[in-house]
Amino acid sequence: MNYVDFLLWVRGPAFQIATAIFIFGLSWRLLEILSLSRKPELAVVRERGIAGGFRTIFRRFLPVDDNTFQRSAFIITAGYIFHLGFFIILLLFVPHILFFREFFGFSWPGLPTPVIGIITIMTLLALIALLINRMRHPVLRFLSGFEDYFVWIVTFLPVLTGYMAFHHFFHYPLMLALHILSVELLMIVFPFTKLMHTFTWFISRWYTGSRAAQKGVQV
Amino acid sequence: MNWELGNFVPIYYNQDLTGFGNLFFLRTFIFRKSYKGKNMSTPQTIYESLHHQGFSRRDFLKFCGISATIMGLSPSMIPRIAKALENTPKKSVIWLSFQECTGCTESLIRAHAPTIEGLIFDHISLDYHHTLQAASGRAAEQARENAMKEHHGDYLLVVDGSIPMGNPGYSTSAGISSLDMLKEVASGAGAIIAIGTCAAYGGLPHAAPNPTGAVSVEELITNKPLINIPGCPPIPAVIAGVISYIVTFGQLPKRDSLKRPITFFGQNIHDRCYRRSFYDQGLFANSFDDEGAKKGWCLYKLGCKGPVTYNACATTKWNENVSFPIEAGHGCLGCSEPHFWDAGHFYQALSVPTREIVGTAGYALAAGAAVGVASAMLNKKKKVDATKNHETVTIHDLERTSS
Repeated sequence: MNYVDFLLWVRGPAFQIATAIFIFGLSWRLLEILSLSRKPELAVVRERGIAGGFRTIFRRFLPVDDNTFQRSAFIITAGYIFHLGFFIILLLFVPHILFFREFFGFSWPGLPTPVIGIITIMTLLALIALLINRMRHPVLRFLSGFEDYFVWIVTFLPVLTGYMAFHHFFHYPLMLALHILSVELLMIVFPFTKLMHTFTWFISRWYTGSRAAQKGVQV
Repeated sequence: MNWELGNFVPIYYNQDLTGFGNLFFLRTFIFRKSYKGKNMSTPQTIYESLHHQGFSRRDFLKFCGISATIMGLSPSMIPRIAKALENTPKKSVIWLSFQECTGCTESLIRAHAPTIEGLIFDHISLDYHHTLQAASGRAAEQARENAMKEHHGDYLLVVDGSIPMGNPGYSTSAGISSLDMLKEVASGAGAIIAIGTCAAYGGLPHAAPNPTGAVSVEELITNKPLINIPGCPPIPAVIAGVISYIVTFGQLPKRDSLKRPITFFGQNIHDRCYRRSFYDQGLFANSFDDEGAKKGWCLYKLGCKGPVTYNACATTKWNENVSFPIEAGHGCLGCSEPHFWDAGHFYQALSVPTREIVGTAGYALAAGAAVGVASAMLNKKKKVDATKNHETVTIHDLERTSS
């Protein structure tokens, strides 16, 4: 198989397989999680809790107090850089937008590629820093298992290969193929690992917030 | 003669060929003089041929200079070229056309430096070529057979077009199937040049569903030195340049993993594209007649395959260095790459998958939902069973102490 065959395979059949597994897994797991439902609240509720749920979804974007931030300043900062960077690259790089346009039927304006390039470097550095921190921090290291390192790799690779492909490191068609392959790997493992938090974080935040709002008495 | 890869490492093809303007006059000069020595004894080498045509030593060295430029070699190679040409006999060339459109020949006859006339009269002896030979029928085949016999093991075989592996009747010549013809002529060839994407990689006839079972030369002939000059069609200067190189040095130029001459196929269209800065700035044409298109912005969104295509179009250009597709406002189709016909829609961006994924996602969503509902029911059943099997704990159980 030469590089052309490889590129055609990742752009065609492999992407189809990855999409099928990704969507299948998402739909299965989300439906299962939502159908688990919670025990009904038997006490008289203070309020319905819908507003409280949404409030918590947004409030938790920021540390609730200075102390929390000071204790985890590094993880919060690096975590934000990586998460925001990842989504900016994914959603605002023009070739990516063209892919989404094909899928969703509509598009949006993108960022100039040098801007994406800088953001990519920041994202990569944040990811590396977070990994080093995970390996050096005694508690984090103790809590980390195979899955934590594995999801780091499958998140890191698409960003790295994308950057290398964009800057024509080595051989562009080969790097592009490796980039697409790494994205396919991410898509395949996504629904069955901790990466599912992309879709479940707001559900759990909403649940926590609404439960907290329901408790107590009306004053 | 050693046909394998030479020791010469050519520099990348000079992207600014403005020097050709000066060389033009020489080209006409060569052509004008080319019949002068007609009645003299048949020249044995290229140098003799030129000498018989009334060229001085100075003209000859100029000619070597042009050849060096065409082949993308550094000026330091000129003496070596001169030495090689002084001793190189004219090469017999047999050109076979199979499932092709003659576009490659049409391209070659527009070669401006060296011209096809220059090639035929000075460099090679084109003994068989459907389109260009004067002879026809039995006489034409006789010329081929004679050349094969006379230059056995040494002649150059040029192929354009793919070979059908389905019904042999899909492509025949003089009652001989393409496959038989290729095998027969290749057996005595010194080296093979597969010209055009059809001969190099199967090309258009090979496109899905490949009704004739078309294959490339490389898939059938594995025991001969082979070089691919893909393109639909290939750039005339590239065809002429490679033939000149082989004739001059008696060996194939350095090739890449797809057996293309690195001199001409070592660079990416996107890397050499004059619209590249617009790509970097994020300025794209969204249609062929919008403001961006008029301003000459990047054609990536309109399906340009430049980033995955290796060819000399962006540097050598076409029609005597006038223009190339992107300069004319159309994206690159990637015609010098294998399977370019099946590598996704011509007018869809490179980042768009080549297969239909919306439908796939739809089916996957439905299947996932079905499994999700089944899991939900199983979980529900577990809950019901747990409630059913629940043992009521009384106050006495709590008082019980462990023994």
